[in-house]
Amino acid sequence: MTTMINQAAPAATETRPQRGLWAMGWRRLKRNKVAFCSFWVVMAYMLLAVAGWLNILGDGWRAQIAVPYAPPSFLAKTVADTLPPEAPVAGGTASAPALIMVTPEEDPIGKEMEIARQNMGKYATANDAKLESLPFGADLRGRDVIHKTLKGASTSIFVGLLGALLSIVIGTSLGSVAGYFGGKVDDFLNWFYSVFTSVPDMLLLLSFAAVAGRGIKTIIIVMALTSWTGTFRLVRAEYLKLRSREYVQAASAIGASDARRMFVHILPNISHLLLVQFSLLTVALIKYEAILSFLGFGVGVTQVSLGSMLAEAPAELVQGFWWQMVAVTIAMSLLVTTFSLLIDGLRDALDPKAR
Amino acid sequence: MLSYIIRRVLQMIPTLFGVMLLVFCLFSVFGGDPSLVLAGKHMTPATLANVRAQLGLDQPLTTQFMIFVKQVFTLDFGTSWGSQQPVRDVLASRVGPSLTLSGALLVVDLLLAVPLAALVAYFRGGLTDRIVTICCTLAMSISALVYIVAGQYLLAYKWGLFPVGGWGHGFWTNLLIYVPLPMLMGLMVSLGPDIRFYRSFFVEEMNHDYVRTARAKGLSEQKVMLKHVLRNALIPVVTTVMMSLPYLLIGALVLESFFQIPGMGNEVVRAMNNSDFPIIKAITVYVALATMVFNLLADLIYKLIDPRVQLK
Repeated sequence: MTTMINQAAPAATETRPQRGLWAMGWRRLKRNKVAFCSFWVVMAYMLLAVAGWLNILGDGWRAQIAVPYAPPSFLAKTVADTLPPEAPVAGGTASAPALIMVTPEEDPIGKEMEIARQNMGKYATANDAKLESLPFGADLRGRDVIHKTLKGASTSIFVGLLGALLSIVIGTSLGSVAGYFGGKVDDFLNWFYSVFTSVPDMLLLLSFAAVAGRGIKTIIIVMALTSWTGTFRLVRAEYLKLRSREYVQAASAIGASDARRMFVHILPNISHLLLVQFSLLTVALIKYEAILSFLGFGVGVTQVSLGSMLAEAPAELVQGFWWQMVAVTIAMSLLVTTFSLLIDGLRDALDPKAR
Repeated sequence: MLSYIIRRVLQMIPTLFGVMLLVFCLFSVFGGDPSLVLAGKHMTPATLANVRAQLGLDQPLTTQFMIFVKQVFTLDFGTSWGSQQPVRDVLASRVGPSLTLSGALLVVDLLLAVPLAALVAYFRGGLTDRIVTICCTLAMSISALVYIVAGQYLLAYKWGLFPVGGWGHGFWTNLLIYVPLPMLMGLMVSLGPDIRFYRSFFVEEMNHDYVRTARAKGLSEQKVMLKHVLRNALIPVVTTVMMSLPYLLIGALVLESFFQIPGMGNEVVRAMNNSDFPIIKAITVYVALATMVFNLLADLIYKLIDPRVQLK
């Protein structure tokens, strides 16, 4: 008896989906031009995230290769005209005595400064050959904005993807248990859900972040712990609906265990909903990460993300250095727009009835 | 009706208890030892013990939780660890600015989004619809952070149309001088999704049979739209707005902290940055309570304006 089931069940689950929902969804997605183009752009971003995570791409973002706020090369000349003639270059030529307000006798550290000035040549590092301009400019420390944007985008996407994945896992496991078993378990998990939803999400996110501190790992966990509620509600409703369907009853009749019915029989039937939910969450978490980093609760100070780059923007704009913000805006807008278009397409492709 | 309200209110009790438990766990169990920060760098063991006794940290966790519950119900969270002012006074002074900004934002957003959504839904499929949809998508693609940073730089710093930030005295000064710029930035962020969201309500309503009947009996398009569609489509709009009201209380976190408006959102960010736990605890619990109350109110109003709804 048991051997029969074991042979029959995998065969039924493995062969069916091949020609099923996913293949059909993929065909429908291909027919939708906009969504299909968006799909490849999003895939390129995903590759970027993986490459950034493996330190293949954007690894050199920390290198301070140019002068502070080196302008983009396409307008290097015009900015050089408007800039004051001597931009303060760290460790550069000692052409600053005009700035000294006090006479050497009045200066309490005058003597030390005199000695220091004599020794300056000895300790000057050899990297004074800083670039005057970069393809898309440099930031305060002379780091390449393009490199930084690549690395920052990769961090943001990585955080969004992993956070969404973890959040889906939490939401699905709690939601499936609540919807499948019902009764006391459902009551308890619903209480848990209502507690989390009664605190506005940004406040909840900030509370968790304030306790957990900064860093990429922390922020992934914090976002997952605060964003699972939507998935919970979705999965719970689906399990409530599906648990009494004939195919689940049939599975129970041949002796499939609860866990098997929940995860082998029902779960594949909501997997398309989960994919859409996962995409929605990824976009939302990328946006949340930007806000958290902007407010100072996000990635650590030695890491870079789109949000932490935007946090530098106000101080730069006032001085007229707009390139870092524009680079981040382009990277983020393209990502968010294509991702949203892809989600619309996915929804149509995977769930054609829900129009 | 009354029994429904009583049941819902009773259901709030375990939820509120859960929120208190969550907040307590976050800040008193996982939040680290605040006395180390408060006692300062050069503390002696005696000072540390003194601070711990003052905060009640030497008590067992269950006692600490009971104290917290008592604080929630007596509205007395002690003093802020940052400014040493009573938490109640701090929060009371923060509500006004938040409501001024978020309230103005909500009203203007509704006045713009609902007519635009109706208009777009009326011309659905046409050029107007497509242009507005594309504009909304473009506006939504840009991060809220970019809007406020670029908006402040261009509109306030470069062109001097608004003050760069800050807050004044008197309601009208604030509303007419300090609110417009943050409000404009808030609108840039909220209008896109709202128009698209409300449009879906209108489109759904226009596909109903009663609309066809109204047209068939010879009503003008205007009458169909204003008398039939608008009133029905406003039902979900009203509920959405009701559900969003608690967010007015906490205010716009990013807008307030960026434009230095002394509202609740700014206070949240400040308290988070300085580990001012009494403030965060109080805000979280009360905002959660407000959310529950407004959810109930939203359901009741839903029932009031739509007699088809059955409350169960």
